Amino acid sequence: MPGSIPGSATADSRERVEAGTRVVATAASAGTRRTAWTRFVTLVRRKPLGALSAVILCGVVVVAILAQVVAPYDPYQFNLDHRGLPVRLQAPNATFLLGTDALGRDVLSRLVYGARVSLLVGFASVLAGTLLGTVLGLASGYCEGGVDSVLQRGVDTVMAVPGIVLALAVMSVLGQSLVNVIVVIAIVIAPGASRVVRGAVLAVKQNTFVDAAYAAGAAPWRIVLCHILPNVFAPILVIATVWLGNAIVIEAALSFLGLGTPPPTPTWGGMLGGEGRRNLETAPYLAIFPGLAISIVVLAFNMLGDALRDLLDPRLRTR
Amino acid sequence: MWTYIARRLLMGVMVLWFVSILIFSLVRILPGDAILMQLDQAAAPTPEVLARARQELGLDRPLLTQYRIWMGGVLQGDLGRSLMSRRPVTQELMKRISLTCHLAVMSMAIALLIALPIGILAAVKQDTAADYVGRFVAVLGLSLPDFWLATVAITFLAIWFGWMPPMGFAPIWTDPGRNLSQLLIPAAIIGARLAAVSMRMTRSSLLEVLRQDYIRTARAKGHRERAVILGHAFKNALIPVVTVVGQQFSVLLGGTVIVEFIFLQPGVGSLLLDAVQLRDYTVIQGAVLFFAAVIVFVNLLVDVSYAWLDPRIRYR
Repeated sequence: MPGSIPGSATADSRERVEAGTRVVATAASAGTRRTAWTRFVTLVRRKPLGALSAVILCGVVVVAILAQVVAPYDPYQFNLDHRGLPVRLQAPNATFLLGTDALGRDVLSRLVYGARVSLLVGFASVLAGTLLGTVLGLASGYCEGGVDSVLQRGVDTVMAVPGIVLALAVMSVLGQSLVNVIVVIAIVIAPGASRVVRGAVLAVKQNTFVDAAYAAGAAPWRIVLCHILPNVFAPILVIATVWLGNAIVIEAALSFLGLGTPPPTPTWGGMLGGEGRRNLETAPYLAIFPGLAISIVVLAFNMLGDALRDLLDPRLRTR
Repeated sequence: MWTYIARRLLMGVMVLWFVSILIFSLVRILPGDAILMQLDQAAAPTPEVLARARQELGLDRPLLTQYRIWMGGVLQGDLGRSLMSRRPVTQELMKRISLTCHLAVMSMAIALLIALPIGILAAVKQDTAADYVGRFVAVLGLSLPDFWLATVAITFLAIWFGWMPPMGFAPIWTDPGRNLSQLLIPAAIIGARLAAVSMRMTRSSLLEVLRQDYIRTARAKGHRERAVILGHAFKNALIPVVTVVGQQFSVLLGGTVIVEFIFLQPGVGSLLLDAVQLRDYTVIQGAVLFFAAVIVFVNLLVDVSYAWLDPRIRYR
């Protein structure tokens, strides 16, 4: 229906602009009194898929924290049958809901414990990476000139190497451990984050309140921390959410390649890459369940990120 | 136009130079003996191998001299010898570059062939079933990790169709049939993410353009809808799409590493992975430098295509 295109496109854009102003307006009028609950209600009403993702992710976090209670078996235990032999490669059944792997370990329990590694690496690396990126971006955007050029050439350099290639190269030097995985992913995240923060800082700096603070004699660190940082928080939150999904994928990819958190610690990528790949033809569920776990969590982070971006920061919509 | 290209080229060379410093220092973050210890664990070499490796990496000389010697070699196309196989790294790379480039180009072509038409359709038929399906598939494409797709694909293709990727590599111009049967599926898997991202971008960018005044003018002049969309809107909507394709290319190239590993294809990615497993640092340096060079080159292409798509950009 060609005739409907201009109308709907304009309607869409108007709605976007209004949605943007509405968020800004309500945020401004309610100030800091808006509670987390009212924010969540807004999310549910305006972005039901985003809210569903948030609920799924909260569920996964709870399961990961309460792994000892939730997991039906010890994830490291080689389960034995009544003859004392390991119950190898059992298809999903009533005793082992998602089956067992080649060593007789319960897949469901390993998935539950694997959630710990994925989420820990995800949150820790994104926290470290965005923190570093924010510091670099604030410095780069606020100082401009020489500092900016030097920092941005550094960012160019790191961004010229694909994330997974950089991660592999750094892992080969640092060696395999959980902490190193976090460090490596943080290094991959930081440059992109600094770009986004820098852009936001450059925009915020144009505001008169920054000039006012300067005229009132505020020190540079005070302008950056008290006046600029709170105003670039929305884009930081949005990229952090999207990067959480990416960080979990990178962690899983490293474990899949056998270069992430060393075994026997259960990780989703490791289950997929080790046990899963070896026994794919006889026991495809070994690869399917960890893969599903990764996909669902990443999908949830992506949809939550989309929803947050639409609500918090209409300018980033096109990214 | 040419000064613009020259300036970009210069910047690209600078970035590559910085990358060389980065990977040079990366290998030397650890004290030299720690590297050799890892070498020891990996392959249990004899003392003479260790001595040779130390000399190879020039670990006994001052840092600046080491860098100058290494960089001098790199500039002449000599990336040193593999610490494990003793073969020249450049020669190893050369054998494998063709396959990786085939994969990268094919996956990009597949991604765009899928993304552009669906993106246009989703924008033109906004808020219809076609739009929702397209957008949902795109989010799905963003969320399914390539290593999982590849693992599942290789298994079920083998079970159902008895298909296994052929081992040796044939370039597409010598043996197209064999080349496609070898690379089409891996390339499609690598391209899935790019397809998803660029489809979303095509849709939102086209929606943005479609409500510009000149589109209304074009319609008012009585152009057919097809001509308005393809002739007037599409080219202007392409700039953000080219931007994300440029940004995502790095992810795509990273995807070749994983997919080459799973499909057992002898490309630069699998060379890098083997080197990482053996801690063969000269090979790691060479492979990282190759990937960075490709990305810098693609970024250059992206910049040039901006100038072609939007002549205003040239004069900045």
